[in-house]
Amino acid sequence: MKTLDTLRTTMRRDQVWEIMVPKTGLELDISHGTILYLEDISVTFDGFRAINHLNLYIDAGELRCIIGPNGAGKTTMMDIITGKTRPDTGTAWFGQSIDLLRLSEPEIASLGIGRKFQKPTVFEHHSVMENLELAMAADKRVWPTLLARLTPEQHERIDGVLETIGLQEHRARRAGALSHGQKQWLEIGMLLMQDPHLLLVDEPVAGMTHQEMDRTAELLKSLAGRHTVVVVEHDMDFVRSIANKVTVLHQGSVLAEGTMDEVQNDPRVIEVYLGGGDGH
Amino acid sequence: MRLGTLHLDRGGQIFLLLLALTTLLVPVLNLAVPADSPLHVSTFTVTLLGKYLTYALLAIAVDLVWGYLGILSLGHGAFFALGGYAMGMYLMRQIGDRGVYGNPELPDFMVFLNWQELPWFWQGFDIFWFAALMVMLVPGVLAFVFGWLAFRSRVTGVYLSIITQALTYALMLAFFRNEMGFGGNNGLTDFKDLLGFDLQSDATRVGLFIASALAVVGGYLACRYIVTSKLGRVTVAIRDAESRTRFIGYRVERFKLWVFTFSAVLAGIAGALYVPQVGIINPGEFSPINSIEIVVWVAIGGRATLYGAVLGALLVNYGKTYLTGVMPDAWLFALGGLFVLVTLLLPQGIAGLLRRKEATA
Repeated sequence: MKTLDTLRTTMRRDQVWEIMVPKTGLELDISHGTILYLEDISVTFDGFRAINHLNLYIDAGELRCIIGPNGAGKTTMMDIITGKTRPDTGTAWFGQSIDLLRLSEPEIASLGIGRKFQKPTVFEHHSVMENLELAMAADKRVWPTLLARLTPEQHERIDGVLETIGLQEHRARRAGALSHGQKQWLEIGMLLMQDPHLLLVDEPVAGMTHQEMDRTAELLKSLAGRHTVVVVEHDMDFVRSIANKVTVLHQGSVLAEGTMDEVQNDPRVIEVYLGGGDGH
Repeated sequence: MRLGTLHLDRGGQIFLLLLALTTLLVPVLNLAVPADSPLHVSTFTVTLLGKYLTYALLAIAVDLVWGYLGILSLGHGAFFALGGYAMGMYLMRQIGDRGVYGNPELPDFMVFLNWQELPWFWQGFDIFWFAALMVMLVPGVLAFVFGWLAFRSRVTGVYLSIITQALTYALMLAFFRNEMGFGGNNGLTDFKDLLGFDLQSDATRVGLFIASALAVVGGYLACRYIVTSKLGRVTVAIRDAESRTRFIGYRVERFKLWVFTFSAVLAGIAGALYVPQVGIINPGEFSPINSIEIVVWVAIGGRATLYGAVLGALLVNYGKTYLTGVMPDAWLFALGGLFVLVTLLLPQGIAGLLRRKEATA
């Protein structure tokens, strides 16, 4: 019977053979132009299906916006990518070679996936510059950290990021004393210090003034290309101002994908956002 | 050592200056000034000051983990006591055949318990370097194992405080037992000499005082070096936003583990210097109240300043010596009242008050 089982397993048509499965490496391989593959992912919390057979592909260097009503699974999706939540089924690959589901949170962070949380969480008692220094890609073990001194190149790098996020004049200020918008930028700057390939940005403009929103849009647009940026956002005007491609999530799976105009004219999207009264 | 360690640390500079002056002056006033002169410092005072300094070192150790790492340890008294016991064991073995029972090998309490030979864990304690190593190793290893278990399971906040408290309480109960081999509730006492120097002589007392002062300076500089390094910025980040720190790629558990272990080693050294000066170590040192009192010193002095911890330890202990002499029953009320007042009115402690003065001046 054992032989039969083996034979059955070998002949299964929904899987490739073990030897065909690519080996998990730690080198990012994006030769096919896609940086993130989420395939058939499902997550259930206490019977509630937060993510339902989700398939999502992100191209390298693109700026993708993800929208969806509350509870559509946007934050859970981010949690899966960053290793905070493990899916019940499905696969998540970073490039062609890195299996995200096998890695811990710090490992994923060090491989180049940076995440900005909804609520700005900067280190309030540290100066802007120290915040960036802490976030910098470096040897983060205990001893090297004790002995670490900033090299001129690292100083330059911090200066570069300060310029990108427009906080040069505030470098010595305590991060806790910054305005809400400045904290958000500082946090994006902290992500940039880690040289991320993929940036996950959760509701960057919540609570921002219009000027701050415009600056944030500029900032995110300037990052695309060098980095891949995924933005989760509620504010439609903001999404329209930055996005080339928009993905609509609904009840844990992708409802529609395309340009902002395509998506807004999609009858199913209109149904979810505007209708929804009937049939439920 | 890097120049920046003391740079911008006004409080620390003043404290080190005062400590250096005291350390130079006190031995002269004790040994060279005749006893009937009003400037003479009695040997009793010298020993008292030495004792305070060991408390100051202990407070620095607690401030490092509490002020800069956010771990409220209510069990640091245990590391202090373990360092003290390691030193006490050395001092017991130095007594040799001068004990009451005159046994050259066994300390008195073992003879009294009818033990025939020295237990294995007392071996080697007749050698000073071995005992000195154990002073650091025993608290360090205990802190490492304890921290490894606690931090890996991500026990934080008040739960961690409670288990540190349980740790010191458990050790107290264990050390109270005679069969543990540490002298039961009498502890270790009746010491004669240290490295051949008579513990009762003035010169030895002064020497111990100077050694304590040097240990405080060394401990202060080491902690200052840590907190001004990038490691210090990481520990403060852990204190303020632990999961965020983990998220930008630091293995928070390991940082906590090493800093906690280092702090325990400092506490052990403080204990080892304390024991020859007070002449006794008993399980009472493990009592949870002691550990809480250390935290009160740091809170009163001002946490996350290091010199504030020293200030708190010195002031509170001076107050304790004074009040227990004048009005023994009032001390605990005074301590409790002081703690409440400082928490309400001076959340940054005395050091915070000094800093505020400086900022407004």
